Amino acid sequence: MAIPLAYVARSLAARRLTTALTAGGMALVVYVFATVLMLSAGLEQTLIATGQEDNVVVIRRSSQTEVQSGIARAQADVVEALPQIALDAEGRPLVSKEPVVLINLPKRGTGKPANVVIRGVTQAGLGLRPQVHLVEGRMFRPGTAEIITGRSIADGFQGAGLGETLRFASRDWTVVGVFDAGHTAFDSEIWGDAEQMLQAFRRNGYSSMLFRLTNADDFDAVKHAIETDPRLTLEAKREQRFYAEQSEALSKFISILGTSISIIFSIGAVIGAAITMYASVASRTGEIGTLRALGFSRKAVLTAFLLEALLLGLIGGVAGLLAASVMQALSISTTNFQTFAEIAFSFTLTPRIVVASLIFALGMGFVGGFLPAARAARMKIVDALRAA
Amino acid sequence: MTADAQVGTVDERREHAGGAPPEPLVAIRNLSKYYLRGDQVIPVLVDIDLDVPEGDFVALMGPSGSGKSTLLNLIAGIDKPSSGEIRIAGVDITQLSDADLALWRSANVGFIFQFYNLMPVLSAFGNVELPLQLTSLSRRERRDRVETALALVGLSDRATHLPNELSGGQQQRVAIARALITDPTLIVADEPTGDLDRTTAGEILGLLERLNRELDKTIIMVTHDPKAAEKAHRVVHLEKGVLVH
Ligand SMILES: Nc1ncnc2c1ncn2[C@@H]1O[C@H](COP(=O)(O)OP(=O)(O)O)[C@@H](O)[C@H]1O
Ligand SMILES: [Mg+2]
Repeated sequence: MAIPLAYVARSLAARRLTTALTAGGMALVVYVFATVLMLSAGLEQTLIATGQEDNVVVIRRSSQTEVQSGIARAQADVVEALPQIALDAEGRPLVSKEPVVLINLPKRGTGKPANVVIRGVTQAGLGLRPQVHLVEGRMFRPGTAEIITGRSIADGFQGAGLGETLRFASRDWTVVGVFDAGHTAFDSEIWGDAEQMLQAFRRNGYSSMLFRLTNADDFDAVKHAIETDPRLTLEAKREQRFYAEQSEALSKFISILGTSISIIFSIGAVIGAAITMYASVASRTGEIGTLRALGFSRKAVLTAFLLEALLLGLIGGVAGLLAASVMQALSISTTNFQTFAEIAFSFTLTPRIVVASLIFALGMGFVGGFLPAARAARMKIVDALRAA
Repeated sequence: MTADAQVGTVDERREHAGGAPPEPLVAIRNLSKYYLRGDQVIPVLVDIDLDVPEGDFVALMGPSGSGKSTLLNLIAGIDKPSSGEIRIAGVDITQLSDADLALWRSANVGFIFQFYNLMPVLSAFGNVELPLQLTSLSRRERRDRVETALALVGLSDRATHLPNELSGGQQQRVAIARALITDPTLIVADEPTGDLDRTTAGEILGLLERLNRELDKTIIMVTHDPKAAEKAHRVVHLEKGVLVH
């Protein structure tokens, strides 16, 4: 009982230039919409991937980040003695007590300073992060002023490349290795020997502790033990949760900003679609009259023109998504204002973003097409035929 | 409820009528149509009475602006009168709702227009098939019917052509095939030869004659052309909205 889809699609195809321009406008909006969501998804994914399921991070209670946190040596000893902590081959607990410091380094090219995380790690700290592996050079030797740098630090900061020298904490540090952390937050860190860092930065205590559970289900017991011990003013979090929380604010900020911008832009695209559809209705008044005379109902006419507008939106949506998907090849770096540290991540196109973008595009088509379609459906047959 | 069910077939009506003379296919009583411009009333049709028996071929003539198209549109159910009655095959179509009227048209009326009114983006086949989209026929049944209709108007070899690839005469033949495709009793044609040259007009009129004679279609045709009117069984004249017999 409907006007054939072939009529709808071919009418759109017949006005090639207007269709392309209108769909192009919508594609632009969908492109912005999708890339922003991809940015936020990429950030989330990077930080979530940073954590391991059975790892636990301990920081001082109510400090949001490792940099703000402090753990006294005596407190660290209490935590280290917990029976749920996994042991390595030699029977030592798999615990890494780490100083984490934020320093300022100039970027390559621009020379503009940005914050970088320096992490003091131990042999155990490396074992606890299996996603991290050296891609150039070698490991730093304990007890020396040697450091290794994450891939995006090595590429992005002056003096951070293999064989180069960085100066911080009144010392010169030689980069002996570059590591890849598989697109996690560690890619944006500099690692050195924990004891060396403590001395260089004149610290008495650590910033955070990382340990592995023998059994991931023991987390609640460990958390309870740590958070109720009166000697400790610490809190424990699953490592995955810890990093996910660090991305929440930035990722939400990007999403909200991007969605607002997209919605403002979409008003323009919707007006464009409405103008196109009004023109389409006006130029086909005679056809509308004929269809109605042949027995097609007002509802069928309304549906046909709405479908045409939806199809226009779909074309724009698919084009915008295709353009956005190209962005996946790009990796960007920005400051996570929650940790104040530089973080590198890439645009990530998820199925949810594809669906959201297409719904957004169809929504623009629907809103833009509704009034013109209603006008087409309301026409009196004789008036429409006379206009032909 | 389908339009067919409301209207009933012509044979049924004859049976119900028994021995009495059959009711004409189209029976118009006291039909008036006027437009309001401000507080001024502009009469277009005044108190029209007209009967068209089934199988008739009527030519509707008169000067420009005399109300020919308006009368034809009212009979075809695409316009509403100000007052009066239009009974077609027993149904007073002035009483039908918008949606029922659309359904009624799709089953009972075939339209032929002066400028053919084909969908420019659909092929000859697609245009002829269009009214069948409102039926429950299968794709196969639709194709068979369209092929038959195109063969009848002599355009089997032009099925895939778009309207702008056809001559005026050919386009009007596609339109005639479209008017026939649902096998309606009544065909209305508003100046069907108005845009065609003499020879082509002659061909189209010949085709209409065949529809009337061989397929029993009742035809009401508006025309300026006395040559066209000659083909009709009967000529009805309109003068400033009034029928002059
Ligand atoms: N929508 C309308 N508003 C006002 N007057 C109209 C309208 N439609 C038709 N008319 C008038 O009705 C008269 C008859 O028109 P029409 O039936 O098209 O004449 P014909 O087909 O005989 O040339 C004309 O005078 C025309 O101006
Ligand atoms: Mg006319």
